[in-house]
Amino acid sequence: MTDDTSPIHPAWLRVTHWINAFAVVIMMMSGWRIYDAAPFFGFVIPKSITLGGWLGGAILWHFAAMWLLAANGLVYLICNAASGRLLRKFFPLSPRAIAADMLAALKGMLAHDDLRRYNAVQRAAYLFVIADSVLLVLSGLVLWKSVQFPLLRELMGGYEAARRVHFLAMAALVAFVVVHLAMVALVPRTLLAMIRGR
Amino acid sequence: MMIKNLPRRLALDGDAVVKEALRRLEQPSRRLFLRRSLTLGGLSLLTGCAFVDEDSVERALMKVSYFNDKVQAWLFDPNQLAPTYPESMITRPFPFNAYYQEDEVPEVDANEFRLEIGGMVADKHAWTLEELRALPQTDQVTRHICIEGWSAIGKWGGVNFASFLRRVGADLSAKYVGFKCADDYFTSIDMPTALHPQTLLTLSYDGQELPPRYGFPMKLRMPTKLGYKNPKHIQAIFVTNTYPGGYWEDQGYNWFGGS
Repeated sequence: MTDDTSPIHPAWLRVTHWINAFAVVIMMMSGWRIYDAAPFFGFVIPKSITLGGWLGGAILWHFAAMWLLAANGLVYLICNAASGRLLRKFFPLSPRAIAADMLAALKGMLAHDDLRRYNAVQRAAYLFVIADSVLLVLSGLVLWKSVQFPLLRELMGGYEAARRVHFLAMAALVAFVVVHLAMVALVPRTLLAMIRGR
Repeated sequence: MMIKNLPRRLALDGDAVVKEALRRLEQPSRRLFLRRSLTLGGLSLLTGCAFVDEDSVERALMKVSYFNDKVQAWLFDPNQLAPTYPESMITRPFPFNAYYQEDEVPEVDANEFRLEIGGMVADKHAWTLEELRALPQTDQVTRHICIEGWSAIGKWGGVNFASFLRRVGADLSAKYVGFKCADDYFTSIDMPTALHPQTLLTLSYDGQELPPRYGFPMKLRMPTKLGYKNPKHIQAIFVTNTYPGGYWEDQGYNWFGGS
């Protein structure tokens, strides 16, 4: 798998990555409009960057894109686990390694010559965003079906707590996307690798 | 639905006060959507171009919404109860909520009032409030969840709807139960939800006769459905196999609206 003729990212990864990006953009923009209908953090999100036009439209988008997000996410997780890529690419991982690579990154000394190998900060960030996405889906299930999924509801601390969990998990995903895009801008080769595989 | 009167923290800076005022001003205008198709604003922002046919996008989204109705009907467990709460957790004041402002709440004359029963039922006689109050009553303290996201806990009392439907000889194999209301609101629900043990034809709120702001003379209360599925000021109930739609549902809210 590590010889130079194989793609840096397998095709299934690139496809699920871009489908996920598309689904996440729709989920976020429509979700912001839904949040605006009853904001609980003392601010609203500017309507101009939301999707759906009104609450009903935003919900239609949100509850359509959720299928794409969930189905694509499942395909990604299954392929990742079944191919052994998950273990190979993300582990081993230690707090010490994360701290060392973070320090190196801040000094501008982190090497990127081998895009096949994720550094410890990347590993941590990607594992975090996988877990965060799972949390988004589970808290979203509670908001959608709080009566039908009582165990999930209680795990989230009840319906009202699930709203906050869903929002904060979204905010964490936004933070990831911002850093992710900044890194891509710093190392543009990674964008090519995610599109054409090398 | 659209109006939110939950207790809010005091706005401490002028900017927030202005925003709050604008937000409240904006609300009546949302009634305009009644005559509008679904506005899917932001689509051209998303695609960066205008060549996407918004009508076909709307149709596709509505199809997914109908699919979501089926998924929800499949997920719906007729024996799964919504959580109940102690009376100390009741939200006070419980928010008023309708597609109009509170001063437009309809006035229904209790003496003139008759609840009409129609469609696939054996006994179509119209009910007086006295007759309904004479039926066995039960109450519940449950969470009302609005499609906007906020929720509030309230206490409703009234007649178990499943036993009422059986009493009037409703065809329980029919698909829909529809409601027409004194405020021109209308909606419809699936039969399994109509027969859910927590679905109540409520006549009281918090131990008092149901006040006009909460839907006098009666409101169908379903803790398994979102707020807009819980009709107030009910005048007529009918059982049918013909999809009756609803006030918000016809504008794009999901029909099943279950939680």
